[in-house]
Amino acid sequence: MEVIEKTKTENITKTESMIHQPIKISVQNLSAYFGKSQVLKNISIDIPEKKVLAIIGPSGCGKSTFLRSINRMHEVARGTITGKIIFDGEDVMKVDPVYLRRKIGMVFQKPNPFPTMSVFNNVVAGLKLNGFRNRKALKEIVEKTLKQAALWDEVKDMLNKSGANLSGGQQQRLCIARTIAINPEVILMDEPASALDPISTAKIEELIFELKKDYTIIIVTHNMQQAARVSDYTAFFYMGELIEFSDTKKMFTAPVKKQTEDYITGRFG
Amino acid sequence: MEIKSNVKNFSFYRRKTSNIIMLTFSLLAALVTLIPLIFIFYYTISKGITYLNLNFFTKLPTPVGESGGGMVNAIVGTLILIAIGGGIGIPVGIFTGTYLSEFGHNKFGSIVRFLTDVLSGIPSIVVGVVAYTLVVVPMKHFSALAGGVALAILMIPTITRTTEEMIKLVPQSYREAGLALGIPKWKTTLLIVLKTAWKGIATGILLGLSRAAGETAPLLFTALDNRFWSTNVFQPIASLTVYIYQYASAPYKDWNDQAWTAALVLIILISLLSLIFRIITRSKYKTTN
Repeated sequence: MEVIEKTKTENITKTESMIHQPIKISVQNLSAYFGKSQVLKNISIDIPEKKVLAIIGPSGCGKSTFLRSINRMHEVARGTITGKIIFDGEDVMKVDPVYLRRKIGMVFQKPNPFPTMSVFNNVVAGLKLNGFRNRKALKEIVEKTLKQAALWDEVKDMLNKSGANLSGGQQQRLCIARTIAINPEVILMDEPASALDPISTAKIEELIFELKKDYTIIIVTHNMQQAARVSDYTAFFYMGELIEFSDTKKMFTAPVKKQTEDYITGRFG
Repeated sequence: MEIKSNVKNFSFYRRKTSNIIMLTFSLLAALVTLIPLIFIFYYTISKGITYLNLNFFTKLPTPVGESGGGMVNAIVGTLILIAIGGGIGIPVGIFTGTYLSEFGHNKFGSIVRFLTDVLSGIPSIVVGVVAYTLVVVPMKHFSALAGGVALAILMIPTITRTTEEMIKLVPQSYREAGLALGIPKWKTTLLIVLKTAWKGIATGILLGLSRAAGETAPLLFTALDNRFWSTNVFQPIASLTVYIYQYASAPYKDWNDQAWTAALVLIILISLLSLIFRIITRSKYKTTN
């Protein structure tokens, strides 16, 4: 068994190129627990606005928990956190989670459109279920968001059919459309392409590229090439610790830590 | 080599024989299950058909000795009783089931779950006596309302447990998707989770209603019986099951025959109810997965 050198995480919260970037989310000394087991250890990281941050690391390293604690979805799985996550100057633990999640949307690993709703209603589910009923405005929003999600041309003739009839890739873009329909500022993506074929994956990646003009995106991925392709910054997590955080280009060409290099080159994980 | 093939042959024939024996037994058991059902249909149809005419659905019962007449009051009575029972039992059952599945992972939840199971095992006649004490005694007379309450108590465990089981089958990812869209938990539960599980819940409701429609014992203490036309829920009301009981045990041939017709009508009524439910709850979308 390979011995992994134990490095103390220095709190590198910013990368060199980030000095002049406005910060959207600032994570400070974040630790997360499920019951008594600690899954995140003292993570500090600054996430710049309208950029893509990729989080990589082996299974069980706390990537998803990190992502979920940003919009407090960790609470759904009965997790607890210590430390602070500052979003637009406010501590997320002090904001109402319902309100917070309208500002920080989330796309899940497996496409999960609501099976009882049409494509149309899936897109505006977040609006409709919260009492927004203006039919004309909803129509405009559906068209606009589906175009944004690069799905309009494929589904414009089947808006009244069930969302479950779409292909996996289309379903995932529908879920992205559903997320941006409520006009969030940040989009969290938990391995959004891991259940999709290469062509659908490419479409999602193109979409991420477009979306970062308007949104701050944090994406968890198992796919190293994907992280290299879509992200501006990359954070490497291992065993609940943030091992390295830097510009994606730097991370994949000249990683500082040996663990990072080993993981990226496929020597473990 | 020889030994090996012998072993193989032995186990092969053994397997084949036991396979045939098991198949025969399963087939026989399936046939035995069908026999009572065939008999029920055969007798109710052949004996009940005599009085199955328009009069049965439009006329009131006639006094002893007078021929003709129908059971319109009992048919409407049964429908009213199911409606009252369902009106109370369906919401209580659905909300209890929802609570148990979504919020009931605590001590209180397990107590409720256990008591619901106990309730489903309580004989219906006992439920009738309880409804008598709860409703008939304070109101000082028998009523359709009391009958409805008794039927509701009988429905609740079935509906509760089906709702709970069906909601548990809804993938966690739909709840998370709802919550992640900034939809409050209660709305997510009601408009996404319950809606997704609705088809299964409807089956539970139907089971509860059918069981209630077929109950006689609890109605004897509560709704009693009524020879006349009545839709007043505060008055005693006629029901098909109580009529079946009375007519079948009466010493008159034409009454006995009418009991068969009442039984046939009850079966038709429950089948219709089932059909209507299936149509109402039919999914708007064909899901591929």
